[in-house]
Parts: sequence; C-alpha cells; structure tokens
Amino acid sequence: MSFIAVFIWSYVLWLVLTAGSRGLLWSSQELVAGVIFSAIIAFATRDVIGEKASRFLNPVKWAGFIAYTPVLFWGMVKANLDVAYRVITGRIKPGIVRVPVDLENDAQYTILSNSITLTPGTLTVDACPEEKALYVHWINVTDKEPKSSEVIAGSFEKWARRLGR
Amino acid sequence: MIEWIIGIFLAIGVFFNLLASVGILRFPDVYTRIHAATKCTTFGTIFIVLATVTYSVYSYYWIQKDPAWITIGIHSALVVIFLVLTNPVGAHAIGRAARKSGIAPYGAVIDELEGKL
Repeated sequence: MSFIAVFIWSYVLWLVLTAGSRGLLWSSQELVAGVIFSAIIAFATRDVIGEKASRFLNPVKWAGFIAYTPVLFWGMVKANLDVAYRVITGRIKPGIVRVPVDLENDAQYTILSNSITLTPGTLTVDACPEEKALYVHWINVTDKEPKSSEVIAGSFEKWARRLGR
Repeated sequence: MIEWIIGIFLAIGVFFNLLASVGILRFPDVYTRIHAATKCTTFGTIFIVLATVTYSVYSYYWIQKDPAWITIGIHSALVVIFLVLTNPVGAHAIGRAARKSGIAPYGAVIDELEGKL
C-alpha cells in the first residue's frame, strides 16, 4: 500500500515537472519513462514513507489542504506586517512558553509546528509528543502559561487535527 | 499594465527580503533573528516567484505561444512549494540546536525550556 502511495506521489511530481513536452501536454515517451522511474523510486523508498502514508491519497484531504492554503497565506501576511513593525520599532518582549496541544500523530504535529513557525510572532523550538506540548518562542509574550494553543495559533490546531487525521 | 502588476509583486518581494536582512542586523539574539529571517524571506520569495509566474503566463498568451513559458511558470511555482515546506523545518532545527547548546533567549520574561533539553 505504501508502494502505491509513493508511486502516485512521484508520478504526479514527474508529470508536473515534464508538462509541455508535446504542446502543453505530455509526449508518450515522457509518460512511459515516468512510470519506470516512479516505480524505481517507489520500490526504493516504500519503507521510508511508512504504512499509514496512503491515507493522504484521499481526495477529501486534498480539498482540505487547498482550503487551508488561503488561511495559511493570510496568517503569513499578518506575520510579516507584525515582524515589519517590530523591526522598525524594536519593541519586543520575548520568551519561550509551553503550549499544550491535543493531537494524535506525527503528521498533525508537523503541520501545526510548521504553521506556527510561519505565522505571527511565534517560532516552534521543541515539540514533545510524549507530553502533548509544543515549546514555542514567542516574540511578544502576552500570556505566560497558555491553556490552549488558541492565543498562539488561532484556529490552526483545528486545521492540523483535521488535515493530519 | 502588466509591467505595473509585475513591478508591484517584485517591489513587495524585495521589500520583505530587505526587511529580513534589516531584522537580522537589528534583533538582539538568535531566536528573534530566526523570526525575521524565516517569515520575511519565505513571504518575499513567494511574491518574487508570483511575478515570474505572471510574466510567463502573460508571455505565453500575448507574445509567443511557446510551451517553454509555461514550463518556467510551473517550475518556479514548484520552487515556492518546496520552500514553504522546508523553510520552517530549517528554522525549527536551528532554534532547537541553539537552545540545546545553552543559548538563553535575550531578555526573556519566561523560559519554560530552562534545564529541560
């Protein structure tokens, strides 16, 4: 099953990279070569990607990721205006806070900590799945012991829980 | 018209990349500098690539019907996807390594990781 997941993923990447070899579409040589190379890659890395990776082949999940993109982009816009303000005025009050989160698997932790790093004034320094917490460097601490990730990340925890399930 | 759109995208991109460099010079310690470097360079590069994509689509439809233009657009868009996926992971690794080697955050009001790593 993980073989199929890697195969589809690398074949899609191959198609995107070689688009335009016949008009705007693909020539048949490119398609056949893509099948061969994707099969080699999939055979070589099927143990690396893990058995549960095939759950990301679900089209509902892709729709979720597409819906997540503007949310993340808007967070990044706010983050950059925030950093611009702090670079110009130099008004900072940093600290490392412990944020309790309620997530189950590694994919959710990855999505949430990457989103936190890209959005306003926060940087993930350490993630501890054992104690269900993230350690976040916050550039302007307003709440020393947050009870949930609401003050840090807004709605990102809900998104991460849904996308990584 | 198209020059203005591309010019605005490039101006936003270069402004935020400049801001990242100024932030690295102005902020006091490694963590706050990572803040400036990660967020602003990712965001600025997105806009620079957006200018490239706009220019390639425009050239395909109005200058010359050559698929090479579309290839340029797609490849630059892929670059931005990989950058957004890998840049925060790099920042996280640098920050965690800095904390592990005992660098305390400058002027911290609270440091939960003190003595933990």
